[in-house]
Amino acid sequence: MSETTPTPHPRIGADRPLSPHLQVYRPLFTMMMSIVHRITGVGLYFGMFLLAWWLFAAASGPDYFTWVQGFFGSWFGQVILFGFTWALLHHMLGGLRHFVWDMGHGFGEVERETMAKATLAGSVILTVLVWIIGYMVR
Amino acid sequence: MSMRTPLKTIRHLGSAKDGTSHFWQQRLTAVANVPLVIGFVILVIMLSGATHAEFVAAAGSPLGAIFLIAAVLSVTWHMRLGMQVVIEDYIHSEGMKIVLVLGNTFFTAAIALVSVFSILKLSFGG
Repeated sequence: MSETTPTPHPRIGADRPLSPHLQVYRPLFTMMMSIVHRITGVGLYFGMFLLAWWLFAAASGPDYFTWVQGFFGSWFGQVILFGFTWALLHHMLGGLRHFVWDMGHGFGEVERETMAKATLAGSVILTVLVWIIGYMVR
Repeated sequence: MSMRTPLKTIRHLGSAKDGTSHFWQQRLTAVANVPLVIGFVILVIMLSGATHAEFVAAAGSPLGAIFLIAAVLSVTWHMRLGMQVVIEDYIHSEGMKIVLVLGNTFFTAAIALVSVFSILKLSFGG
């Protein structure tokens, strides 16, 4: 058998040259924001369990619902929900940034930095605003 | 004269066999998620300290239930697509990749099913 016989499922990367990845690049702000977009997405993915739990508790009856509401109202629950709110708003603003790119805009050196900064600042400001309103209407 | 080969045009629907549908559905649900998530955040603020009766009245009302079901379906579909990309990017062993992609579908389907059933029960069953 010759060594060049292709195997049906070669391990990706085993013999192939790979393009440079994260470890060779100087960290850039837009790159960090891209990574954070993905991390918030993954966080929200598992965080959606909380919504299902909340709705399930409501469907289960007043006793269990009150207990779950108590959990979300505790300091631990509030910290999780605060993080969830930020991840949600950050991911949403990041998504809006992607819409701009989809339309073929915002690729310039200045615009992409401005949009990235606006996403980060906007997500923090909106999160704080949502929580201030949340505590006011309580 | 063109230097391009016929491969410039992807044959059929490409290697993933579904063309651009994954990308398109990702963007479609992303567009839908924007108003749905904003409305959801407002709803959660209103119901953050609600009693069970208040919650059932709001989430179980026709408008509240329809809105919540739309949000749950759009979000769970979006997160299934997103997590699939994450898995395909980082998991290179074929077997583990298939297991995780399947698990991804099961998890998102479970979230959707539990949520939608609960909303319908609030709406119809009190």
